[in-house]
Amino acid sequence: MSGASVTGPSRRLKWAAGILVVGYALITLMPLLWIMATGFKTSPDSIAYPPKVIFAPSLEGYVNLFTTQTRQTADYLAANPPQTWYEKIVHDRGMVITGTSRFGERFMNSVIIGFGSTFLSVVLGTLAAYAFSRYRIPLKDDLMFFILSTRMMPPVAVAIPIFLMFRNLGLSDTHAGMILLYTAVNLSLAVWLLKGFIDEIPREYEEAALIDGYTRFQAFTKVVLPQAATGIASTAIFCLIFAWNEYAFAVLLTSGTAQTAPPFIPTIIGVGGRDWPAVAAGATIFLVPVVVFTVLLRKHLLRGITFGAVRK
Amino acid sequence: MAEIVIRNLRKTFGDFTAVQSSSFRIEDGEFFMLLGPSGCGKTTTLRMIAGLELPSAGEVYIDGEEVGQKPASQRDIAFVFQMFALYPHMNVRRNIAYPLVSQGMPRAQVRAKVAEVAGILGIEDILDRPVGGLSGGDRQRVALGRAIVRNPKCFLMDEPLGALDAEFREHMADELRALHDRMGATTVYVTHDQLEAMQMGDKIVVMNHGVVEQFGTPQDIYDKPATMFVADFIGSPPMNFLRFHGSVATGDAHVRLHHQVLAVPALREPFDGGMVYGVRPEHVRLSDAAGYRGEIIAAEYLGTTQIVTLKTHNGEVKARIPSDQRARMGETVGLDFNGATVTLFDSQSGRAIRSDLNEGVLSHG
Repeated sequence: MSGASVTGPSRRLKWAAGILVVGYALITLMPLLWIMATGFKTSPDSIAYPPKVIFAPSLEGYVNLFTTQTRQTADYLAANPPQTWYEKIVHDRGMVITGTSRFGERFMNSVIIGFGSTFLSVVLGTLAAYAFSRYRIPLKDDLMFFILSTRMMPPVAVAIPIFLMFRNLGLSDTHAGMILLYTAVNLSLAVWLLKGFIDEIPREYEEAALIDGYTRFQAFTKVVLPQAATGIASTAIFCLIFAWNEYAFAVLLTSGTAQTAPPFIPTIIGVGGRDWPAVAAGATIFLVPVVVFTVLLRKHLLRGITFGAVRK
Repeated sequence: MAEIVIRNLRKTFGDFTAVQSSSFRIEDGEFFMLLGPSGCGKTTTLRMIAGLELPSAGEVYIDGEEVGQKPASQRDIAFVFQMFALYPHMNVRRNIAYPLVSQGMPRAQVRAKVAEVAGILGIEDILDRPVGGLSGGDRQRVALGRAIVRNPKCFLMDEPLGALDAEFREHMADELRALHDRMGATTVYVTHDQLEAMQMGDKIVVMNHGVVEQFGTPQDIYDKPATMFVADFIGSPPMNFLRFHGSVATGDAHVRLHHQVLAVPALREPFDGGMVYGVRPEHVRLSDAAGYRGEIIAAEYLGTTQIVTLKTHNGEVKARIPSDQRARMGETVGLDFNGATVTLFDSQSGRAIRSDLNEGVLSHG
């Protein structure tokens, strides 16, 4: 397209918009960049004033994140020289490694619960949205409103009843309980988003498949699902981001076996002084799955955000 | 190939009755048109034949087998949608092959079959293209390819030319008809375009408000309309309606309109009350000798013919006359109606009064 198009934005406007977007991105990314940088600082560098922008990188934070340590006497340290690079980092600070920390386990909990609830939300949401979109259901509008109404207050507002319910049902501090909870919270969003997407798929495609000799379910899986891929992908991203970042319920309902990373990361601070590099390292690693997932599905996400704005 | 019989078919959606009680028979190999204005129930009827809607009552027979409550996938029919409904995530080849894949046909055979169909439709060169970028005509051909590849019992088409440009439509209509003549497959075709129906159909069903108004060949429907709705819906301009009051007896061959005696085909039933004298514009001539007079109020030039509009005591009349004949605005002239082609209607119910002309045709309805 030429820059002189009548309906398109002018070249100057495009530049202005570009600068605005890049500027906004820098502002929002700054805290993230700072966290990532802090993860590679030594403990003194992390709290230096004025703050250090240029610093000697260190993996101290990451080593601290994944290990538990104890202080030892100089004699013991001299008698036991470090075997590996990470033992050396610890050794130089007068400590020895006593074992692995629970971060890996907490991180895996987050993966299981986050992706598990996302999968469940999307599967149930797609089926429900398809039914709402295609079948004559009595009280359809009321049911849709009822589903939406679960989103009308912050989920934490019902924390106490859920806490009691989970305790009575033995769901407290279990993976199944957390998956169920996050699915319940995400389902309304999933149903509403996906219904919009499925509404946009003409019924004729399914009818053509029915005529071509496929069953209703085959028509759904072979024709509707590929068409709804964009909607499913963007819904999955929204669901994952919520479940992944959720903090309040995770603090309230998990402690031992099913604790996710968000409530765990702040507890790192307490171990052996203010270990900001370890916290920052934990936050950085915690970001990775969502970033990867979002990057993989990004072309669908854009469509998901602008969904409904433009008719085909 | 198959014969399709519809018996007392009815469909309601809640309080709304889409199809009241339709009955007709589609012969094997016929090109059959379901014609009517939008919302008349023609598409619903077609969808019930296809199995995309289940009838509220009545039966659908395909090849003697009652299939009314069977799912579409078990009826062995093909359906061409108005918007084509090509699977957007597949290329042309896979679209055409899709009905065969569902039958579990071996790959090599599918390939051969698709190639054969592509040859018939002249679309070999676009087989590997995605369907997204195709022109309307090519989409139409792919949709037809998907329909014929399976050799179904019959083809059902829901306004398949409706989404095409006007100039291309004519071309595709010829192509469709030629394809039908070559394959000899029973085809049921829904349209709201009366010209399309007349041009392509072996038989036509005219529907209105969920009711079958008339069922017959294009000639019968044009020349011997069973109701005023049919007479008005078919033909452009439509049939002229001259309203009058009077009384006729069986055997009468004339009626009196505004003190003039006008010929009609000999009547087969008596009638008394409000009537309508229905005559096609091409059966009206301007003649100084005629006693029935009208004033010329408009003339449209159409090339070889012209449509002259006249004001008479019984309403407006349009006459299709040669364009070299002089028709001066404001002039009062005599109108000569070809009595043998006239249909009398009951102006209350709109139904045609039986006469020598339409006897035998009406009983179909």
